[in-house]
Amino acid sequence: MSIELDLTLMAPFHLHARLQSKHTAIGLVGKSGSGKTTLLNMIAGLVPARGRLVINGVVLQDDSQHINLPPYRRHIGYAFQDARLFPHLNVEHNLMFSQWIKFGTGRKATSNQAKSIIAALGLGRLLSRNIGHLSGGEKQRVALGRAMMGKPMILLLDEPLANVDATQKAETLFYIEKLQDLEPLPMIYVSHDNKEVSRMTRASFMLEPDGLLPIKFSE
Amino acid sequence: MNYDFFRLSIVESEALILSLKVAALATFCSLLPAIFCAYLLARGRFWGHALLNVAVVLPLVLPPVVTGYALLLLFGKHGSIGHALEACCGVSVSFRWTGAALAAGVMSFPLMVRSIRLSFEAVDPRLEQAAEMLGADRIRTFCYITLPLALPGIFAAIVLGMAKALGEFGATIAFVANIPGETQTLSLALYSELQVPNGEFAVFRLMMLSIILATGAIALAEFLARKGKTL
Repeated sequence: MSIELDLTLMAPFHLHARLQSKHTAIGLVGKSGSGKTTLLNMIAGLVPARGRLVINGVVLQDDSQHINLPPYRRHIGYAFQDARLFPHLNVEHNLMFSQWIKFGTGRKATSNQAKSIIAALGLGRLLSRNIGHLSGGEKQRVALGRAMMGKPMILLLDEPLANVDATQKAETLFYIEKLQDLEPLPMIYVSHDNKEVSRMTRASFMLEPDGLLPIKFSE
Repeated sequence: MNYDFFRLSIVESEALILSLKVAALATFCSLLPAIFCAYLLARGRFWGHALLNVAVVLPLVLPPVVTGYALLLLFGKHGSIGHALEACCGVSVSFRWTGAALAAGVMSFPLMVRSIRLSFEAVDPRLEQAAEMLGADRIRTFCYITLPLALPGIFAAIVLGMAKALGEFGATIAFVANIPGETQTLSLALYSELQVPNGEFAVFRLMMLSIILATGAIALAEFLARKGKTL
């Protein structure tokens, strides 16, 4: 994959980030409050920013050409830190949401892609379960599967382990890696934990007040 | 035992059926505009937001007779809208039961909008963002996320609107008068009986009928709210 990013947020605070990378998995670290989530939201188009964003040659935003695709046309999979599962839908319907609204297909996970994602994330026995009856780790896995289901260009993972208890962290990381083996999707992995990021990604950047700095982790 | 006490007189049954008809039509016709207005007020950021809010709430604050008189000026035979309606479609609402429904609808509209708006505001906007990231545009996000999550509030609004429409008095009498069989709803019939010497028994019967109807409405509201929560 290739990502070319030069985005500036004007309000409510100033944030500028510039990045060019050809790596499949990019890590993004920084102190809490440094704007990591805000940067992901800028990439997703959820927070209005100025500048230019090109992913895999597709121009998602370029102010000089007056291009700024709305979030629903960016084909970006976003696994939020707080999962944001739809409380009125069960696990299967949450997973199939993008397929259901885009193609009007049923809400049953019948396609091969759906079946393999569900198997890789170990969600098979949870499909009919209510969202309220899931643990933190399970919610995060459903959010991940749901973001992957629409075959996005890139996956944004925002602190996927933040709301997962210590006993489930290793398990959730294992599932994310399994998913990457199954279908290697370009991703931006955000965390405050350097170790986690160095395990999951090949190139990492630190978000500082004056922009993104490439960092190297010692093995 | 004499069962005549439980038998409704013609005036009573006409008033009861008319009340139900008026309330049902009023609520049915205000529902979609109320959902639309409530969504605009809850999520929209546009010029005139405060103005729309005032316009929607106004009938709730104004004396009902003022609202009724304003309706008469607009929808009466010589009113601008009333005249146009009659000229183009041959429809007239003045002194008709449909006019009573219009008055009841206008009076219950603010209550419905408030209830629906609160339930829209209670829907977490972050869920709507999640839907957008999954490829849902504004309309789909509304249909698949916002609306289903606001359903209990919408059910509550329907019952609230019905209850308000059933009890409407001031705007109705000012707009379409008090014509037995055409615009005389339960509350108007009660008012008429109050004017008659020795009408206490008839008033008492109509009062009981109103209480039974209100109790039924509350029970239905509870049932729908519970049903909405489990959807």
